[in-house]
Amino acid sequence: MLSPVTKIQAENVNVFYGTNQALYDVSVDIPQNQVTAFIGPSGCGKSTFLRCFNRMNDAIEGCHMNGRIAIDSEDIYSSAIDVVELRARIGMVFQKPNPFPKSIYDNVAYGPRIHGLTQNKSDLDALVETSLRRAGLWNEVKDRLLAIGSGLSGGQQQRLCIARAIAVNPDILLMDEPCSALDPIATAIIEELIDELRQRYTIIMVTHSMQQAARISQKTAYFHMGKLIEFGETGDVFTNPKNEQTEAYISGKIG
Amino acid sequence: MFLQTQRMSKPRHIYQGRLDKGMAHIVSAFDQDFAALNDMLARLGGMAEAQLSNVMGAIEARKLDALDAIISGDKELDKIELDINEQALRLIALRAPMAQDLRRVLVSLKVAAALERIGDYAKNIAKRSKVIIPDTNYDVPMASILTMARLAQTMLNQVMDAYVAMDSDLAIDVWEQDIAIDQIHTALFQSLLELMATSGDRATIISHLLFTAKNIERVGDHVTNIAEQIYFVNHGKFPEDDRPKADTASALGLDG
Repeated sequence: MLSPVTKIQAENVNVFYGTNQALYDVSVDIPQNQVTAFIGPSGCGKSTFLRCFNRMNDAIEGCHMNGRIAIDSEDIYSSAIDVVELRARIGMVFQKPNPFPKSIYDNVAYGPRIHGLTQNKSDLDALVETSLRRAGLWNEVKDRLLAIGSGLSGGQQQRLCIARAIAVNPDILLMDEPCSALDPIATAIIEELIDELRQRYTIIMVTHSMQQAARISQKTAYFHMGKLIEFGETGDVFTNPKNEQTEAYISGKIG
Repeated sequence: MFLQTQRMSKPRHIYQGRLDKGMAHIVSAFDQDFAALNDMLARLGGMAEAQLSNVMGAIEARKLDALDAIISGDKELDKIELDINEQALRLIALRAPMAQDLRRVLVSLKVAAALERIGDYAKNIAKRSKVIIPDTNYDVPMASILTMARLAQTMLNQVMDAYVAMDSDLAIDVWEQDIAIDQIHTALFQSLLELMATSGDRATIISHLLFTAKNIERVGDHVTNIAEQIYFVNHGKFPEDDRPKADTASALGLDG
């Protein structure tokens, strides 16, 4: 079997919040068109690492990093990078669904409009429809596109946020605990969606649910106290982890 | 004498393995569930060993009166195997075990099945013993059968100690002992065939002895299987070297 193409390459990444070091020397190759799950206890650095990929940490005062992160072999921290354009290539979905206080249509059209991705109304209509279809929401909302987004159920709102994220045609989706506020059925629908979306996108997901990481990711990275402890095939990590700290964490044990 | 050997170590209430030295689950009910599973397995192992020991003791002492109790006692082993299946199912459903925990639950099912089979062999030998024991002709190699059964019983006892302690080294020791059973079985098979050739009128008793020997040889195989499962729980893979084998009975007679 061919080894998958590396989409994101991190080398010796250190991140600091002021004098407090949050990540230590993290190096990892994230494969293209796969779901990579980041797991680990709260405060282990997994969300910090996730936010390095779209340079969201830049907005946090006192936060700085060193090391190298490349997407498609291009250093995203080089001075030649346009951060706005970078973030258009990387969609992000958060723990709590956060639709804009606008209509369903306008939530999805927002990104394409500000990035000037479409020429006319019919192009935009088509893009909104495609995005909602890919997010598995079209059939549920096609008759009420002008209704306010926050009127949808939690699971629908989260899919609306996914539609909004993919409307700007990114190639990477970052998800920070996307299902932790959802019931099991809404979670299953999102998980099924994520599995479909990986055909088009490279997905990185932070999750506190071991079962979720096991169910939908191909690769799993275990972080502990700012260090990447283990990175491997999900099937191996959950049945026969190489590292004792990983084993203890996924089994829910303390020594 | 076929006395049931004492468990070398008592079942431990927090199971121990490679990574479990001093490690407990944060949710302590998880450890209690495992302890319950472990206790059932240890109990089933002890009962299988007792059944084997009792039937071989009956043959050695030439006493028929214990056989019916052994035959009916097999039901109890079947019941404990079902209890183990249920406990494992609950543990998987309610605790969603991962990694070594998951391997341990799966292995508990396999070990329970192996012990149940050993119980079946003891029961089968008990049925055959109703023919074997009244036979007053002392020309059969009974000593070899008893020696083989003693070895199998010792191995079973040790492998259950290894299981309870999750001790791979002890498991591998047991695993390597099976060659002795295989060697005796091959020799026994040969001499029973010769006996059958010379005393054709004794085919019935000899056939029962052949199956009895085969049953004991199968006990050894199940014990080595349990040993491999213990290794798997600890290492996430099966022992790599092929176990030394010496049972060539299946091919005997082919070359005349």
